[in-house]
Amino acid sequence: MIEFTFWDILRNLLFATRWTVLLSAAAFAGGAAVGVAILFARISKAPWARRFGVGYIALFQGTPLLMQLFLMFFGLPMLGLRIEPWTAAVCGLTFYASAYLAEIWRAGVEALPRGQSEAASSLGLHRLQELRLVILPQAFRITRAPVVGFLVQLIKSTALASILGFEELLKTANAINNATFEPFTVYGLVAIIFFILCYPLTQYARMLEGRAAFR
Amino acid sequence: MKYALDFSWLWGSLGALALGAAVTLLLIACTTVFGLTISIVGAAARRGRYRWLRRLVGAYVEIIRNTPFLVQLFFIFFGLPSIGVRLDPMVAAILAMTLNMAAYTIEVVGAGLDAVPRGQREAATALGMRPRLAFLKVVLPQALAIIYPALTSQIIIMMLESAVVSQISVRELAQEADLLQARTFRSFETYLVVTFIYLALSAAVRRGMILFGRRVLGAAVQ
Repeated sequence: MIEFTFWDILRNLLFATRWTVLLSAAAFAGGAAVGVAILFARISKAPWARRFGVGYIALFQGTPLLMQLFLMFFGLPMLGLRIEPWTAAVCGLTFYASAYLAEIWRAGVEALPRGQSEAASSLGLHRLQELRLVILPQAFRITRAPVVGFLVQLIKSTALASILGFEELLKTANAINNATFEPFTVYGLVAIIFFILCYPLTQYARMLEGRAAFR
Repeated sequence: MKYALDFSWLWGSLGALALGAAVTLLLIACTTVFGLTISIVGAAARRGRYRWLRRLVGAYVEIIRNTPFLVQLFFIFFGLPSIGVRLDPMVAAILAMTLNMAAYTIEVVGAGLDAVPRGQREAATALGMRPRLAFLKVVLPQALAIIYPALTSQIIIMMLESAVVSQISVRELAQEADLLQARTFRSFETYLVVTFIYLALSAAVRRGMILFGRRVLGAAVQ
């Protein structure tokens, strides 16, 4: 039998952490891209597009992430796609993140004074230019604090990918725990690693919030 | 080959799904009661006169908020037995959910307490109420009415997050779905149905909370 020392456990967990980081980054990037599309639908002039945006956001915010991940994992193969836990986790977290980010940015867009959009159209910008040049840059800037706050939530949510069988931090911890029977140490370390990942971001969000309140 | 959706298993499984949904509602009801109690005490302690207590509550909030719920759950269920605390899955789930939710609602309740004007407490004391009675009868109900929408959202978020307690084999809705799909091999359909049950539950809880709030805290609740 192989003996695991404390350092073996820590080293393996730290190696697995890169997958947690990578998954968070991929989901955040994908979520931002899809989120902008949903935001466009949500603030569109066409009622059907707005209704789609509202429904999309309500659907993803009103159901458990775990069920969304399972639906990706079992649903995508039905469309003929070969699917690995990684793909399902990235897709599931991407859609999940897009709904939250779209909602945060929508709040930002609505917080801007009406004059901004009126001024843009009186300058002869059409709707897309108006959004790209005037509205979105401002909306993104004032929503930076909640977006960083959501990033923390997203990093924590990647732990659910372990249930699909993706070898990130928590899944690795489960495997190590099965070999060492030291759950207190193993899960304690996992909690500490997640804390080290998330706490600076939480503080950063708080700083941004303070700065926004000061302005 | 074209995949055809098949829902024929559904009729025979409605009982199990209803039971699972009931357990999910039971979990969130217990969590709400315990979590709210802890967060009222915690919010008061955070504004209290003892520095070490303020620090302690602050540390608790930061630790819980910056680690995943699933890790907290595993730590409580698998980790605590090695220092001699062995918990039933149901108890471990309620404990983990309560500790998790309280870390978020402490801040919410605190914000509500801060939003009640000082004059309310002063007027109550001037009428001869003891400080504790003034807090319970005058300040707290007003604070709760102010934060009620935020509290409702937090409860629904926790209910949705409670799907992961299926991982320590609590027989709630997500666990019933796992068992069903293992029996019927209709994974996608099962999770689709259960996802919509969760959606209906969150709409129902939101509606129920509003009705309950109007009755208990008055018309100020929206």
